[in-house]
Amino acid sequence: MKKKKDAIQKDTVRRLLVYLRPYALQIIAMLLCAAVTVGFTLYAPVLIGQGVDQIAGADQVNFDRLWQILLYLTATVAVTALAQWLMNLLTNQVTYHVVEDIRSQAFVHLEQVPIGYVDQNQPGDILSRIVTDVGQFSDGLLMGFTQLFTGVASILGTIGFMISINGKIALLVILLTPVSLFVASFIASRTFHMFQVQSEKRADMTSLVEELVGNQRVVQAFSYEERGMKRFDQVNEELRVWGIKALFFSAITNPSTRFVNGLVYTGVSILGAFIVIGGGMSVGQLISFLNYANQYTKPFNEISGVITELENALACARRIFDFLETPAEEPDAPDAQVLQEADGSVDLERVSFSYVPQTPLLQDITIRVKPGQRIAVVGPTGCGKTTLINLLMRFYDVDKGEIRISGRPVKQLTRDSLRRNFGMVLQETWLKSGTIAENIAYGKPDASRQEIEQAARQAYAHGFIQRMKDGYDTWIAEDGENISQGQKQLLCIARVMLMRPPMLILDEATSSIDTRTEVRVQQAFEKLMQGRTSFVVAHRLSTIQTADRILVMKDGNIIEQGTHEELLAMDGFYSQLYQSQFAHL
Amino acid sequence: MRRLLRYLRGYVKESILAPLFKMLEASFELIVPLVTAQIIDVGIREQDAPFIWKMCLVMVALGVVGLACSLTAQYFSAKAAMGFSTALRKDLFAHISSLSYQELDVIGTPALITRITSDVNQAQTGVNLVLRLFLRSPFIVAGALIMAFTIDVPTALIFLAAVPLISFVIYLIMHWTVPIYQDVQKMLDQVSRLTRENHVGARVVRAFGRQPEEIEDFQQANREFTRIQMSAGRISALLNPATYVIMNLSIVAILWVGGRQVDMGRLTQGEVTALVNYMTQILLALLALANLIVAVTKAAASGTRLNEVFATSASLKDEAEQEIQTVSSDSRVTFSNVSFSYAHSSAPALSDISFSAKKGEVIGIIGGTGSGKSTLVNLIPRFYDASSGTVEVDGHPVGRYPLQQLRNKIGVVPQRAVLFQGTIQENMRWGKEDASKEEIYQALDTAQAREFVEKKEGKLEAKVSQGGRNLSGGQRQRLTIARALVRSPEILILDDSASALDYATDAALRRSLSEQSKKNGQEMTVFLVSQRAASIKQADQILVLDEGRLVGAGTHKELLERCPIYKEICLSQLSEKEVSAV
Repeated sequence: MKKKKDAIQKDTVRRLLVYLRPYALQIIAMLLCAAVTVGFTLYAPVLIGQGVDQIAGADQVNFDRLWQILLYLTATVAVTALAQWLMNLLTNQVTYHVVEDIRSQAFVHLEQVPIGYVDQNQPGDILSRIVTDVGQFSDGLLMGFTQLFTGVASILGTIGFMISINGKIALLVILLTPVSLFVASFIASRTFHMFQVQSEKRADMTSLVEELVGNQRVVQAFSYEERGMKRFDQVNEELRVWGIKALFFSAITNPSTRFVNGLVYTGVSILGAFIVIGGGMSVGQLISFLNYANQYTKPFNEISGVITELENALACARRIFDFLETPAEEPDAPDAQVLQEADGSVDLERVSFSYVPQTPLLQDITIRVKPGQRIAVVGPTGCGKTTLINLLMRFYDVDKGEIRISGRPVKQLTRDSLRRNFGMVLQETWLKSGTIAENIAYGKPDASRQEIEQAARQAYAHGFIQRMKDGYDTWIAEDGENISQGQKQLLCIARVMLMRPPMLILDEATSSIDTRTEVRVQQAFEKLMQGRTSFVVAHRLSTIQTADRILVMKDGNIIEQGTHEELLAMDGFYSQLYQSQFAHL
Repeated sequence: MRRLLRYLRGYVKESILAPLFKMLEASFELIVPLVTAQIIDVGIREQDAPFIWKMCLVMVALGVVGLACSLTAQYFSAKAAMGFSTALRKDLFAHISSLSYQELDVIGTPALITRITSDVNQAQTGVNLVLRLFLRSPFIVAGALIMAFTIDVPTALIFLAAVPLISFVIYLIMHWTVPIYQDVQKMLDQVSRLTRENHVGARVVRAFGRQPEEIEDFQQANREFTRIQMSAGRISALLNPATYVIMNLSIVAILWVGGRQVDMGRLTQGEVTALVNYMTQILLALLALANLIVAVTKAAASGTRLNEVFATSASLKDEAEQEIQTVSSDSRVTFSNVSFSYAHSSAPALSDISFSAKKGEVIGIIGGTGSGKSTLVNLIPRFYDASSGTVEVDGHPVGRYPLQQLRNKIGVVPQRAVLFQGTIQENMRWGKEDASKEEIYQALDTAQAREFVEKKEGKLEAKVSQGGRNLSGGQRQRLTIARALVRSPEILILDDSASALDYATDAALRRSLSEQSKKNGQEMTVFLVSQRAASIKQADQILVLDEGRLVGAGTHKELLERCPIYKEICLSQLSEKEVSAV
């Protein structure tokens, strides 16, 4: 188990180095600065000690020597500060640029992963990888790394300086070190458990609050307030009890290590004092020693914290790398051609497809669509109508068979040019945060305002846009709260209208659209479909009845196809569907 | 802020003792340099071994007492801080329960969740830190200063210059960086937004082949983000070196001035050492204080947000105390000249609505988005109070009922099908705490949900995950309908709650509801809000709303003749044949 973890960590570190390589020079300079900082910081107490030695008592002060030492001290301090400042700057530079690089690469990757990956992952998940994980990883790793380096350097440096002054006291300090470490790790292991329980209780609290506060309207509708309060009180009390424990135990680490540190300090005082009396050392040297004793254990405490932080950072890094290493969409064939203007014919030749091999969906489907034909796709909810869209737009590739557009197999075309020949209006309307004009011109960023307005007119959207506060320059926020669902759909239609693609994929709304707007959406659809090959996921009878062909889907497969009359005559699933949904209302 | 501090009321003892003990510990820490000075000046100078041992014992004793004080302080402050947040959270939760829909609309429930979770935690951290450290750091600074002055006045003057200088540098750096960090946060939000947007809209981005532009947008924001972070970092990078320089130059000055004092016999070697130590302690204390200020500022911002919630009081008053005895009459719900406007909205959502619904009737309500359908039914359980006119239930204005009595008469099925974590049975008992299995199954039957519930492993005991995510949209909707039916309501309100059902299930549901409503002894009145003409066609009475006005009321047949808007809606959704078939 441990070995495996180590192997994964090693692998993560190896991948990480790739991102650090461009900054190798800065990193080396950073380490150099860190070493200088540590060395000079540790030299200061020696000088202070020597300074104190020059002021032994009344009429015993050696001002010449003191002056000289103080000059040295000033110079040392200046060098330390400069090195520390440079180190900070370099750390920032490397950290932020590595973050920028990785984030940018992750975003590029997001645009390249197969739609299947996007479908399977929650937006929050990828967002937390690209934003939170990258941030934590850089803070933890680079800051942690510098801390670790300076920490270790400080410990070694301190030991070195101590030995150079007096071996016996140095030995005492080194022998007492494990006590400090033991205390810190003892407390840390106890605290860990408390923290775990506390975070469980906190999670309980959060989920209860999310439910009861988030759905406060339902709570009130069912007069659930008192019952809710009872449940809340219980969780709240548990959180209090465990919170006190976790808070207290985490807060005793510092005082306890400070206490152990005090013991070391006392030990140095006794032994040092006697050595000074015995003439083995000067008072100033004792003071340097006490200074070291004071800061010696500090890096130990920091290092234990830093190591957890580093492990956490590596875990974050691994999540990012996992994402970066999900295979990207298979690139376009090297000889792929650009589809200029499709004629509108679409052929599916013995196509089979499934998302997961165990559950076959489309099996051996052949459909031939002539230019300008209107195809209605019908079936009960969840019958897999989006699968067809996914295949036509080549968001997914077929397992078997072939799809041809304008007589050319889609695999021999560039994805971009293929997709640009389709206009897509889905029920889940997606608009970018930006102005209305920008959104309409999404597929054609260089469109003139006149073209945009014309497209909006044709989509019956001009009227409501004009009534908005800033007209075409009205800003649509991410949640799009300032505009209704139906209006969003009209904008999506205008967006396609501007492109005039030869083929269309439309998704009729089932509900939740304003009835009056719906009429407009319907009219806009009609206008859009004129002279274009169109696939309509249909819910209304009129669309279905006037379609050139109806594809009847059930459980992910196309089970019947034909015109309304043909299908009724077949007396199969369609006829059944028609009877239950439309005939007897 | 003061308003929130009263949640410490139960912890007065702890809130006073925690900082007190912390200060006690700090004063022991302040004594240590003096003890060291004694060892040097007396113990070593006079080669007094017993004195050295004695002083070291004093040091250990100081350490032990200091540790005890510190632990006591930590315990008291942990207890007080947790007690504070627990009381605050409880009160906030109760306050949120008391708010009416009007306030929930304005604040928004996601904001309330953040308040009660992260803001309360932030405030708790603030209290804990303040109790432990807010007095300690200034105390150490002041204490060290005083000690310095008692040792030697001329040398101590150096402290008087150094302390304000260090404080000023810390202040300046924070003053410059804090606004930049706000920009950093804003940029981070933008980076997050672009990422989220491109995930959610992946299909559209690719359909329009816009990946290169999206990448360019992102990289621009990303670069800007780095740039701002760097400029904040450049300033922060000065903090440690600058304060380090000031402190050490002060030490240089102490050694020089101290040296002259020693030479004149006014100061000893050990005392100079003590002064140097005090200088170090002061710097550490000031840096701790700077971190503390950042944390407290955050806590204060949370406190302000919490206060805003507390300052919002319920606009709807539940003043009736006496339950109302209803006499049996024919009419169930009556609206007389009812108008209603939402807060912060000038246009009325409903104007001058009058109608009457009888026992056992099915009332269909249809109209476009924003026509006031949901608003109308929300007035019946008194989720909102009408701005003018009266809403009566069983012959009494709704305001006369105690809220609980009124709402217990009514089963509401909201637009968004919300279920709660737990079992199906627990969810069903939201409607009626002591509902029997039989009652639950009956409700499931009516809601067309029994079949799929029985197929589940554990049936009624089957687990429902948070928000009901392990169920399909249609299943969730049917369960929310059943939940409302469990309490055998006199009035059932379905607010567009069958949209995820396919037509066949929807039709079956309406049939069984209509049977239920006509049953003797119960005579449930059903309000059916829908966008689909097909769903309400067969209602006993159909109300047609348009921009908040009642533009038609009657049966399908009557409305087709009399109400052009209704006819338009029907024709846009149904074929001629369907429209005329009843």
